Amino acid sequence: MSDIERLSYDVVVVGAGGSGLRAAIEARLAGKRTAVISKSLFGKAHTVMAEGGCAAAMGNVNPNDNWQVHFRDTMRGGKFLNNWRMAELHAKEAPERVWELEAWGAVFDRTPEGKISQRNFGGHQYPRLAHVGDRTGLEMIRTLQQKVVALQQEDARQHGDPEAMIKVFAETTITRLLKDSDAIAGAFGYIRESGRFVIFEAPAVILATGGIGKTFKISSNSWEYTGDGHALALLAGAKLLNMEFVQFHPTHMVWPLSVRGLLVTESVRGDGGVLRNSQGRRFMFDYVPDVFRDQYAETEEEADRWYADPDHNRRPPELLPRDEVARANNAEVKAGRGSPHGGVFLDIASRLPAEEILRRLPSMHHQFKELADVDITKEPMEVGPAQHYVMGGVEVDPDTGQSAVPGLFAAGEVSGGMHGSNRLGGNSLSDLLVFGRRAGIGAAEYLDRLGHKRPVVDEGQVASARAEALAPLDRAGGENPYEVHAAVQETMSSLVGIIRTEEEIKTALAELEKLRERAARVSAEGGSAYNPGWHLALDLRNIMLIADCVAQAALERQESRGGHTRNDFPQMSPEWRQVNLICSLADDRASITRQPMPSMRADLMALFERPELKKYFTEGELPPAPEETH
Amino acid sequence: MGEKVTLLVWRGDAGAGDIVEYQVEVNEGEVVLDVLHRLQATQAGDLAVRWNCKAGKCGSCSMEINGRPRLACMTRMSTFEPGEAITVTPMRTFPVIRDLVTDVSFNYAKARQIPSFSPDPSVALGEFRMQQVDVQRSQEFRKCIECYLCQNVCHVIRDHEENMPAYAGPRFLMRIAELEMHPADTADRRTIAQDEFGLGYCNITKCCTEVCPEHIKITDNALIPLKERVVGRKYDPLVWLGSKITRRGHRDTPAVPSKRDTA
Ligand SMILES: Cc1cc2nc3c(=O)[nH]c(=O)nc-3n(C[C@H](O)[C@H](O)[C@H](O)COP(=O)(O)OP(=O)(O)OC[C@H]3O[C@@H](n4cnc5c(N)ncnc54)[C@H](O)[C@@H]3O)c2cc1C
Ligand code: SF4
Ligand code: SF4
Ligand code: FES
Repeated sequence: MSDIERLSYDVVVVGAGGSGLRAAIEARLAGKRTAVISKSLFGKAHTVMAEGGCAAAMGNVNPNDNWQVHFRDTMRGGKFLNNWRMAELHAKEAPERVWELEAWGAVFDRTPEGKISQRNFGGHQYPRLAHVGDRTGLEMIRTLQQKVVALQQEDARQHGDPEAMIKVFAETTITRLLKDSDAIAGAFGYIRESGRFVIFEAPAVILATGGIGKTFKISSNSWEYTGDGHALALLAGAKLLNMEFVQFHPTHMVWPLSVRGLLVTESVRGDGGVLRNSQGRRFMFDYVPDVFRDQYAETEEEADRWYADPDHNRRPPELLPRDEVARANNAEVKAGRGSPHGGVFLDIASRLPAEEILRRLPSMHHQFKELADVDITKEPMEVGPAQHYVMGGVEVDPDTGQSAVPGLFAAGEVSGGMHGSNRLGGNSLSDLLVFGRRAGIGAAEYLDRLGHKRPVVDEGQVASARAEALAPLDRAGGENPYEVHAAVQETMSSLVGIIRTEEEIKTALAELEKLRERAARVSAEGGSAYNPGWHLALDLRNIMLIADCVAQAALERQESRGGHTRNDFPQMSPEWRQVNLICSLADDRASITRQPMPSMRADLMALFERPELKKYFTEGELPPAPEETH
Repeated sequence: MGEKVTLLVWRGDAGAGDIVEYQVEVNEGEVVLDVLHRLQATQAGDLAVRWNCKAGKCGSCSMEINGRPRLACMTRMSTFEPGEAITVTPMRTFPVIRDLVTDVSFNYAKARQIPSFSPDPSVALGEFRMQQVDVQRSQEFRKCIECYLCQNVCHVIRDHEENMPAYAGPRFLMRIAELEMHPADTADRRTIAQDEFGLGYCNITKCCTEVCPEHIKITDNALIPLKERVVGRKYDPLVWLGSKITRRGHRDTPAVPSKRDTA
């Protein structure tokens, strides 16, 4: 196996999005030699696509905001299935992480006092999202990228080599994690440009690979989202948490077909945009669920007053959490009140002056103008739901990001728990920073505890990883990987999508069984140098594995909650709230087990009123009822 | 299904290559990247194309379409005449890796030579105060998606590989301007802009501005003001804050040493 390059690092971070870069920076600051690996070029990871903003209770716009309010909003948004410890750490630490970005050169939009401006978003009680127009993800990734460069410049001065302590391996894909008995020993992958194999020997690996969008047909996610980190973790013996929860964001372009699924940022609604059906009705008033009834306006007049006077009016229902709005859009279309191309109308044109729209939503204006010939300052947009985010992910220790496998950490979208059954907009970018940093520290401390006992890479595992990677190239005349991929996406979108039933999920599982056989026979034409057909053939293993986990978990959970809606079990059940579904691998097949939800610390529980908790919790879990007064 | 279009795609690698002709289906509303993807899925599984977001946000899919530097994901098929053959080639300024994918490491090397953001270290986290008008200019430049189309088109390096070591190109001269205009930055990169990054080579033809998919006014708002600044004239009082000039004094910030940076 002399064709394999061998490199040795302290920490290997798989992923160069927000969480991966933040983790790598922290590991390097802790003095660890760190490699950052990314399928795409440096600075182009999926985080670049984030638009609306990064949630942090800085209280710059409304001084009433604080971590407790943010924590409450996050738990409500996730329907109390969140890992409460993660939600707590996130709410407490997000402001400092945003300020840190500013000190590293991020240029956020400002308030009149010169502080970081914050905008409204669905499910957030106060204006909370730090933002830069509607390109916040670009600002975040560029800032982190430039921070890595700044550290490399320091290292150039100190060690004479900018890559002495932190090096980016762009366009490199990890296909297997390597272990020394129970613990992580490194990672195996290939360099896209040359097709050469490479082993990173390292006692600590941080997965920061993002999501699973390419499992679905209509998704706002980029090509990187083939669930690699989720699958790598499973294959290495870690566990996935609550994979049934997939976020379908309510507003994406529906026309032209080629851009179907392109995101229309929630900021359009945060800044005053409203949803209407073909009859011109602001239908969201008809879809406010009981648990949120007290917090949302009942009339258009009240809703419209809220933008100027949020302290004395309730929020417009267009700003309900995403799962609610997505289901409503779906229901309007199904009821025959949709727009010409099968969406609903999102109107900002009649709500704000044209200059204001151009200033606040420049990339939305650009996107519709260039791709659909629609001028959003003059006409409404046609929008519909699409897969957007996965709440489920690697089960980790909240404080350190460590998985069940020693030395394996996860942060960002690939990790699970933080967002419960539904993520609030803006809570991902902050999650990346908070838990990226924590995973970096976690990995550094793990190394310190290991001392000199570095795990050793097992050559047998290397040989089989190499053989597995070469198989599609060696095979001739097999299945076309592009076709198999399209079939998986079709199956998942139509049968395990936004609304689910037992019968459809079972059909999907049977389909996936057949597709698994086809996937095992894919072949890739051409050589190993920059060959996308081969790359997809290898990604298919991950896509299949994750599709199976999502479908199995969706079948198991017999209730509707957040990003999991069962037509045959439409109610949210307090009993099911106590259950986490764990996906793990045995003999290469995924299976689901139930695990009890840890109970929330009393001081956090006390942040909520008893009547609200009653909507989510079983009687036995509630704090004792206050004494009756006669 | 839709019409067929004739696609002339450059295929090859660093060694050699040639234009290959394909007939590919096109549907309403599609962009060039859609058609390349269909080509991959149906006829040329190993066609190398770099892309990621398919939304004009990541700057990966830069190539030359009928000789014009463009993002493939933002170039609609409807902009071509019916029946027109479409020629797709890799960016010319950078070495080819395979098919439409080029080696853009030059850009990363340049990025690493520019002295980073240097705020006053005594400002505590959360204590920066900056007005919107003062950050607006830097924000315009930070819209850059690093597609390197401006780098590709700038004649200083497009046909003159020999200029590459001495010239950072519009994207990175703009990065210098961005940092110089940042109200909280304290370094002074004016001298090195000229001496190390080749600002003097730019003769303000504006070709870079014309191809920028983010519509950043690279020449007018970054390069010309930077040139004015370098020769010591006041320009654009909106962003050249007096306080910043005095705070900097006359200490020039040196370029970053780096043995690996051999662009
Ligand atoms: C259109 C859009 C808009 C959004 N807007 C917002 C918003 O306004 N606010 C918000 O909070 N959230 C938003 N989100 C969600 C948020 O952007 C993502 O959840 C987040 O960026 C994920 O970041 P990450 O660090 O986990 O991973 P990513 O940024 O996705 O990075 C993943 C990295 O892992 C690498 N990788 C993957 N697999 C491998 C492998 N096998 N080997 C090597 N490398 C690998 C990739 O190349 C990449 O570098 C949005 C999402 C979308 C799609
Ligand atoms: S204006 Fe300057 S940087 Fe831009 S293309 Fe012309 S010479 Fe190059
Ligand atoms: S300035 Fe414009 S053309 Fe140049 S790299 Fe940035 S986005 Fe691309
Ligand atoms: S694919 Fe991201 S800009 Fe074209």
